[in-house]
Amino acid sequence: MTKVVDRKPLTFYERTYLPTLLEGLKVTARHFMRSVKGGNAALQLGDGYYPEVPWQVAEGYRGAPYLVRDQDGNTKCVSCQLCEFVCPPKAIRITPPGADGVPADRPNAEKMPREFEINMLRCIFCGLCQEVCPEEAIFLQKHYSLTGLTREEMIYDKERLLQLGGVHAGIQKWKHKLEEAREQDTFPVKTD
Amino acid sequence: MSNAAPNAPAPTAPPPVEKIRIKVDGREIEVPKTMPDWQGRPQPTTMLQACHLAGNEVPHYCYHEKLPVAGNCRMCLVEFGTPMMDPATRKPVLEADGSPRIARSVLPYEPQTPRGAIACATPISPGMELYPSSPATRQMREAVLESLLVNHPLDCPICDQAGECKLQEYSVEHGSGTSRFVEAKVHKPKAVDLGPRIVLDDERCILCTRCVRFTKDIAGDDALGIVNRGSYNTIATFPGRPFDNNYTLNTVDLCPVGALTSKDFRFKMRVWFLKETRSVCTSCATGCNITIGSREDTIHRYEPRGNDAVNGPWMCDQGRLNYRWIGRSDRLRDVLANGAKTTWKAAVDAVAARLAAAPSGSVAIVASARQTTEELHLIKKLADRLGAPTDSVPREGEADRLLVNADRNPNTNGARLTGISFTEAGIRLPGIADGIRAGTIRSLVVFGEDVTQHGIGADLLARLELLVASDILPNATTAAAHYVLPGCAHAEKRGTFVNAKGRVQRFLKAVEPKGDARPEAEFLRELLAGTGAGEVPATAEGLFNAMAREVPAFAGLEWAALGDAGVNVPV
Amino acid sequence: MLDQLISDPTVRFVAFGTLKILVVFGVLMTFVAYAVLVERKLSALIQDRVGPNRTAPPLVLKIPVLGKLLQGWGIFQPMADGVKFFLKEDFTPDYVRKVYFWIAPAITVIPALLTIAVIPFGSRLGGEPMVIADLNVGILYTFGIVSLGVYGIVLAGWSSNSKYPFLGGIRSSAQMISYELAMGMSVVSVVLVTGDLNLGKIVEFQAAHGWLVFYQPLAFVIFLVSAFAETNRLPFDLPESESELVGGYHTEYSSMKFALFFMGEYANMIASAAMMVTLFFGGWSLPFVGAPAGTWLGGLLHIGIFLAKMIVLVLVFIWVRWMLPRFRYDQLMDLGWRRFIPLALANIVVTALVLAALKS
Repeated sequence: MTKVVDRKPLTFYERTYLPTLLEGLKVTARHFMRSVKGGNAALQLGDGYYPEVPWQVAEGYRGAPYLVRDQDGNTKCVSCQLCEFVCPPKAIRITPPGADGVPADRPNAEKMPREFEINMLRCIFCGLCQEVCPEEAIFLQKHYSLTGLTREEMIYDKERLLQLGGVHAGIQKWKHKLEEAREQDTFPVKTD
Repeated sequence: MSNAAPNAPAPTAPPPVEKIRIKVDGREIEVPKTMPDWQGRPQPTTMLQACHLAGNEVPHYCYHEKLPVAGNCRMCLVEFGTPMMDPATRKPVLEADGSPRIARSVLPYEPQTPRGAIACATPISPGMELYPSSPATRQMREAVLESLLVNHPLDCPICDQAGECKLQEYSVEHGSGTSRFVEAKVHKPKAVDLGPRIVLDDERCILCTRCVRFTKDIAGDDALGIVNRGSYNTIATFPGRPFDNNYTLNTVDLCPVGALTSKDFRFKMRVWFLKETRSVCTSCATGCNITIGSREDTIHRYEPRGNDAVNGPWMCDQGRLNYRWIGRSDRLRDVLANGAKTTWKAAVDAVAARLAAAPSGSVAIVASARQTTEELHLIKKLADRLGAPTDSVPREGEADRLLVNADRNPNTNGARLTGISFTEAGIRLPGIADGIRAGTIRSLVVFGEDVTQHGIGADLLARLELLVASDILPNATTAAAHYVLPGCAHAEKRGTFVNAKGRVQRFLKAVEPKGDARPEAEFLRELLAGTGAGEVPATAEGLFNAMAREVPAFAGLEWAALGDAGVNVPV
Repeated sequence: MLDQLISDPTVRFVAFGTLKILVVFGVLMTFVAYAVLVERKLSALIQDRVGPNRTAPPLVLKIPVLGKLLQGWGIFQPMADGVKFFLKEDFTPDYVRKVYFWIAPAITVIPALLTIAVIPFGSRLGGEPMVIADLNVGILYTFGIVSLGVYGIVLAGWSSNSKYPFLGGIRSSAQMISYELAMGMSVVSVVLVTGDLNLGKIVEFQAAHGWLVFYQPLAFVIFLVSAFAETNRLPFDLPESESELVGGYHTEYSSMKFALFFMGEYANMIASAAMMVTLFFGGWSLPFVGAPAGTWLGGLLHIGIFLAKMIVLVLVFIWVRWMLPRFRYDQLMDLGWRRFIPLALANIVVTALVLAALKS
């Protein structure tokens, strides 16, 4: 269903560019005066400016993505590689365990990444990895200023991401599944 | 099993079959009365086949066109109707406008409820109407999916099948968006070791029995079955007997869900990252069509690619797993001159000068039947220019009754047709060895073979003035060679193989060559120019087309006309 | 001997001319450097930011209060910028047409400096007229020189041998030629009123009869807008529009060669401001008061008045940059050819008729 929007022709006065010009003057002058009076946020840091006094991010701010652990200290990521697939700048790189690797060091889900790297030079903090993650294992956190002296230093590996990410208490679906399976001791055939 | 067996003679053109008219979703179409079943025998056309001909794909799990029909998954239920018959007069009942009245199939005890039929096993009859898009059909599919998902664990994030899983696909297409199931799911064994190459996850199994039927009816090894009852149904082998025939990995392809997974591919790469390249298996002369799954110049798996003239939809485990050597770390990467690294230009120029200066008859060439037909043709041109005897190395194994050929070279017929080897490969090799021993042959060019294993020992190689070896992996011959020219695996170049039955099949490039390695055809082209044998086309297409003009066996063929399935030539 | 030399008019002309050139050049370059700083600071304030407030030479911070203040104002930023430009790698891409690539920045910056020569930046200082070259065809000279500026940009765009500079060069040539017409015509009416082409005389006319901006407001508006277009400043910076052309004509330039383009732009801006002060705002005079100064103090005061007016206009230039979005190319051409040129022509006719009526 198309909606036709009436586009009014500009009046002569508007076509002289004067109204927009005056509006621009007003806006810029207002901001200028506010800044000069010291009323703008950038100047209101108290003890100093940004690098010395870090900017306090707002609630819900989405910065760098890090991996998280569950409340039992287990890696939540199961190496499904959906974030790697969805990542627009191809910043994420996951090495799956492979046939010969150790699948998982935890009792729940039988798969976890052998290596998980995020190239923070490429990352654009878009949040698609968090959006797509079926395990709630990666979250955009509050860090926004990441620096390093080499390119290699800016590729964060699994250990670092997990350490920076901390713990995120979730529903632990794999754990509940395992508990549910253990309760069902009635399965007639023991295969192993 | 006639049609599925590729070693059987090609079937003669079937006699024309009678056509019948039916309606699919209200559209009238004409379909043949019979169609080939999984063995190629004519059988009454099923509703599923008719819908396929009408362009309407009916979802299905247990049905597979190359397997016996089981009809147990119920996914292909389709609502239908048949022309009404007056019981008294035995005449069709007509509508007011003269068209036959259609009686929709309904439950006998509940006439207002539509009753579907499994499309994979229900033959069509004249005047029948199929409703694969009707609300009732959609409802039946949704209900079947809901029932299949009752005990399915939904561990897609850790399941290797995710991305190519029929359960995922049909859930999106036909399933309900939400689950009504609140009870605890039945948990079955996970990661069951079924055999040396197969892992079974019983929770994911939807009991379609494709794997059971394949092993019994195609592979001829009645190894799998279903045990227990109801929700506790599981796939199992006989106790103490592993599932280890040479065709087990086909069950992984067949499995519509992630129940049967390959140990080799397990947790290795998600399928949506894989680039698919059409290629041909090199492990024997059958030349099974394959799809190479690669990501970023790493090959992760081979999968069979359907070609009824060669391998059907199957391939053997041995050929499927024979890909790791392409990524081996000790691959020849550098051009070597007397053991020192050099450039392609320097090496090719030097070799060409030495060969051009050698008197006629003092050079011999040993080629490999693992090379592409185009390369063999160029080697033959080089040999003609130098007056050199040529041969390739035979490689024999044991054949089986399904796919594996006794000849383990993928291109023996290519070597024969281009004139590299005689009718019997390898019979000129002793002559070349004698020539070296007698001192008449002073230069030897070897492609892709270790001649020390085939009658030309290291002592003979030491007598040579010039030994040029082109290979992919290091061996005793490359170690002794004065010049080493690193070549490419089939996955790193384009070309054709001629299989045991004379089918010319092309394969495409999946990954980049390692290090300095180049496709053999490229430097053969430079060698030909350097020895004064003339210019040849630079591309795989051009080379094949030029070869087809020069070699009588390939007369009239063109690269583009080979297609994905290949073309037969007389051998 | 010395008295004799000083009294000799040739020696006097050469000596004072050289002195004036050196002083004006020095002042202009300082203005250019600090115009950049002012631009950055002003834009920061308009956009709720802080602006440069980090640079300071090592010992300055030791000065109590003032050191901190100077650093906060970014007073030393232009010096750091200058040093940076000198130390950066002067990269010449392999595919450019080298000779033209090298002379293009110079061709851009020289006309901007030459324009200043005829501007009377004061009345008299110790009997010496405060203008480098007191030409009686000052306005014509200015327009002649200004129109040369386009060559530098077109050459830069063409010799870079790359698509974005090329597009920038084409745009700038079209734009600058179009707006020169409007600009020139707007000045014709000014000349009609004053009856003289000598800029000094025009200022003196304004000192006696009041500022020309009140006689010729339309001419001023056209001149002002055309000046924006001529200096490639927003809202008419299409030759270097970053959003679509990366950097326009100077995309391939780096280090000092880029700095020359940068300096050229700001020198042009200052020259335009000086020109407008001279033509419309009474040059060194204040409204309806003032004759050529007789004393040293009066002479310095006049120079101060001129500079103050000029700085205000430069601030307007800067302000406008952070106020208006960039015009679309067709809008720019439409404004130049279909609005300003007819308006300027009409203005000339009306002025001439009024003058003729007043005379008879």
